[in-house]
Amino acid sequence: MRLLTHNMLACNIKGVTNGFPLGIDATRVETKEVEMNPDFLKHIFPKLRWEAFRAAAHSLGIDNLPEQVDSNMLLDEEFLQQFHHALLEVHLEEGALICPETGRRFPVSKGIPNMLLNEDEV
Amino acid sequence: MKLKQLEGIISQLVQFQNPKIELEQYSTGAHIASRMLYMADSSYDDISGKVVVDLGCGCGTLGVAASLLSADHVIGMDIDADALDLARENSLELEASIDLIQGNVASFRIEGVQVDTVVMNPPFGTRQKGADMMFLSSACQIANSTVYSLHKSSTREHVKRVALNNFGAKTADVLCQLRYNLSALYKFHKKQEVDIMVDLWRFTLQKAI
Repeated sequence: MRLLTHNMLACNIKGVTNGFPLGIDATRVETKEVEMNPDFLKHIFPKLRWEAFRAAAHSLGIDNLPEQVDSNMLLDEEFLQQFHHALLEVHLEEGALICPETGRRFPVSKGIPNMLLNEDEV
Repeated sequence: MKLKQLEGIISQLVQFQNPKIELEQYSTGAHIASRMLYMADSSYDDISGKVVVDLGCGCGTLGVAASLLSADHVIGMDIDADALDLARENSLELEASIDLIQGNVASFRIEGVQVDTVVMNPPFGTRQKGADMMFLSSACQIANSTVYSLHKSSTREHVKRVALNNFGAKTADVLCQLRYNLSALYKFHKKQEVDIMVDLWRFTLQKAI
């Protein structure tokens, strides 16, 4: 699972109001290079929740993303490269996602997070 | 990529070995899957450059096809871990970049980044009544602009009415009717092969951005 997907996931346990963003406990992270598509990055940038993305990247060991961002930075090749790498090349393979409100852990195995809820959680 | 090429590639995918009857796990054949995705891309521009979710992805056929047609980000979701293992194998084999999630369609929601298109081959609802419409309801919530889905032709009027009246679809159109060939996968299939007619639907949604 890549961080773009992480940015789209929340904890949906019944009664939870602040299920986003999920914390990450990473035990294995993999990097797979893919070709950069600047148009896609520009398209996705305004929709991304940056703070959550930056915190998620941090828990995977990526510390070079700036705290404050604006769309002008997308003209900067170096920033684009860092953004692309954190968003689409880094995969959380083993570990867990953690609900920020309840601490409920959703295990991640072979890159696949298990978001299934128990009967008493729906 | 040409249609024949797409069909050729996805016909190599590994299909269900031990399909689960309660989940109505029928593989989407390469013939139907390739036409569905090819049409969505070439006629309506709903795949290439889009964020696509394959709901109830099974072994990942539709998601892989979307990825091959240059969708920018593809997520495959299914409730069944065995199906997701196959989907993972398939996506690695074809170097399709799909992120997989184990989850329940009934309680699955998306945050933040919008999903442009949902593609799915839902259960037809013959074993678990209403499963087809539950998938469609969820798809209409997840997708921001378009949903592609397959439903039994016998349910056409019902699907149209509910999608427009209850699920917030702005348009609901049958793009074509397809013959769905179910080889005798399960013991309850008395005939060797069963053909059923299914509709390929395109639903458009209009949501505030």
